[in-house]
Amino acid sequence: MTPGMITVVIVACYLGLLLALGVFSSRMFRGTSADYFLASRGIGSFLLLMSLFGTTMTAFALVGSTGEAFKGGISVYGRMASWSGIIHSACFFLIGIKLWSLGAKHGYVTQIQFFRDRFESDKIGIVLFPILVGLVIPYLLIGVISSGTVIESLTGGAFPELFPSDNPRFNGAVPYRLGAAVICLVVLIYVFFGGVRGTAWANAFQTIVFMILGCVTFFVIADKLGGPQAATQLVREYNPSRLRSTATDADQKVYTKRLAAWERDKKEAIIKPKEPESISRLAFLTYMFIPLSVGMFPHLFQHWLTAKSAKSFRLPVIAHPIMIMIVWVPCVLIGVWATSAIMGGKPVIPPDFPNANAVLAVMVKKMTSPLLGGFLTAGILAAIMSSLDSQFLCVGSIFTNDIVGHYLTKDTLSDRQRVLVGRLFVIAIVLVTYIIAIAWRKVGVFPMAVWCFSGFASLFPLVFASLYWKRVTKMGAYACVITAAIVWFILFRESGWGANRSYLVAGMMPVATIIGCSTAALVFTSLVTKPPSAATIDKFFGS
Amino acid sequence: MKKLVYAMIVMLALVHQDFWWWDRIDPLVFGFIPLGLAYQAGVSIVAAILWAMAVKYCWPEGLEGDTASNPANGGDV
Repeated sequence: MTPGMITVVIVACYLGLLLALGVFSSRMFRGTSADYFLASRGIGSFLLLMSLFGTTMTAFALVGSTGEAFKGGISVYGRMASWSGIIHSACFFLIGIKLWSLGAKHGYVTQIQFFRDRFESDKIGIVLFPILVGLVIPYLLIGVISSGTVIESLTGGAFPELFPSDNPRFNGAVPYRLGAAVICLVVLIYVFFGGVRGTAWANAFQTIVFMILGCVTFFVIADKLGGPQAATQLVREYNPSRLRSTATDADQKVYTKRLAAWERDKKEAIIKPKEPESISRLAFLTYMFIPLSVGMFPHLFQHWLTAKSAKSFRLPVIAHPIMIMIVWVPCVLIGVWATSAIMGGKPVIPPDFPNANAVLAVMVKKMTSPLLGGFLTAGILAAIMSSLDSQFLCVGSIFTNDIVGHYLTKDTLSDRQRVLVGRLFVIAIVLVTYIIAIAWRKVGVFPMAVWCFSGFASLFPLVFASLYWKRVTKMGAYACVITAAIVWFILFRESGWGANRSYLVAGMMPVATIIGCSTAALVFTSLVTKPPSAATIDKFFGS
Repeated sequence: MKKLVYAMIVMLALVHQDFWWWDRIDPLVFGFIPLGLAYQAGVSIVAAILWAMAVKYCWPEGLEGDTASNPANGGDV
């Protein structure tokens, strides 16, 4: 059996297990819309922790963290992981618990229902709907594109007669279209039958899978490199800048010396050094705004509402930073080691390797067994699917409850009709996403993720003010949403539609400017317009 | 206590900037983790501790619809 075939068999078994889990969770389905969309608000601490963590950690946590560490060194942990540990828990604690409480009291299922009530505006949903869905769809695409690409990259040689290709790397590989289709279908089946309970169970299972596999991969690779100390020592010799948060003059000297040696004799030098990279303190600081997106993710809003009680939030609030650390530290170290890893007198990663996101896959393929390679593929797919499922369900939920249920049928749909419409919309969204993913295959996943997260984060002032500032007004909310959308669009265009990956505004991440503008618009407009009614204040802030 | 916990969380966000070991590698923690990375992993651990303190000392009061206090719903798991 070829390594590609072993990967296919392991992935097929894993997907089969997920389907079985979906079918099993559907046996607990009570047939009501509250059960389909909110698991009858009965999810306890452990499932809530796993579903929130699985949903917020995408493929980027495994593949992207390794790739970014390969390119920029250890600073990726401080920029993304430790900030997320602080900010995500803050969002769960300060936003999630309050929204859960209001949702339980007033029967909300979607964010738009809450904002309509809080801002005394039926039409705010019409403004928010295209923005929220417009930001979720790229997020969905990231998952579908990544899953098709991962399967194609890691199953090369599996079926050369069935899937021949001129490119030797992809000869016999499961084609991108087929891989993406299978993943969409599996997610669709367990979301269709299990609703949010099915996604919570699947997320818990998948989170355990990708955490365990990440750690096992780390130990196997460290062992192959002669132990973790030896692996780090090689980086110190060839690319010391990757071991610091920012490059120094000494790193520049090592780089110049090593590069000259490599140009003189490539075989003798073995490793071509990587150019040292620096990050300013201001840019490092303003990365903190990106994880604020968690406060406005509609799929997280839905997960928050599934909690059995406010106490269910305790474990997620406390354990989330530790879970992030367990996944990210090994991946960052693997990415850093990859810059200078040598096996059999040759570099593990070839010089001028163009695709940083493929670094983890190459390390695993060259340094571990085909069996572990197959399991790691399943782990990466687990990380992807644990986000995809919640997003598919939440878009279906918004369409059903806000557009069809509220605006088109004026809240006259029966409970069974809501479940039916919800399921049909999930099918439609999976189909539409799949078709776009086929057409936009070459779109860069990283810039799409950063700009998508920045868009959600720029709406954070809206949800924060709605919960903590009585004086915020309907017009203030409109001003916040419209300003965020306009500034986001202008900066996105300025960055060459995300092509310029190091695009900064006055030395800061663009998201800082967008949040500044949306907050200013919200505060200023609220202060000069009519305050909300006493009834609304009492409804949301009364004892 | 509530204000102290929130103040410590703000302090953590400030010290996240790593004013001390921003461009240092040594000493390697456990012989292989660069100091800057170990520091940021420490930030994650301290974050978990501070959020545990927030859960204990800053828990929001009078939450509407908290079924934990309702035995009929089985409380938390």
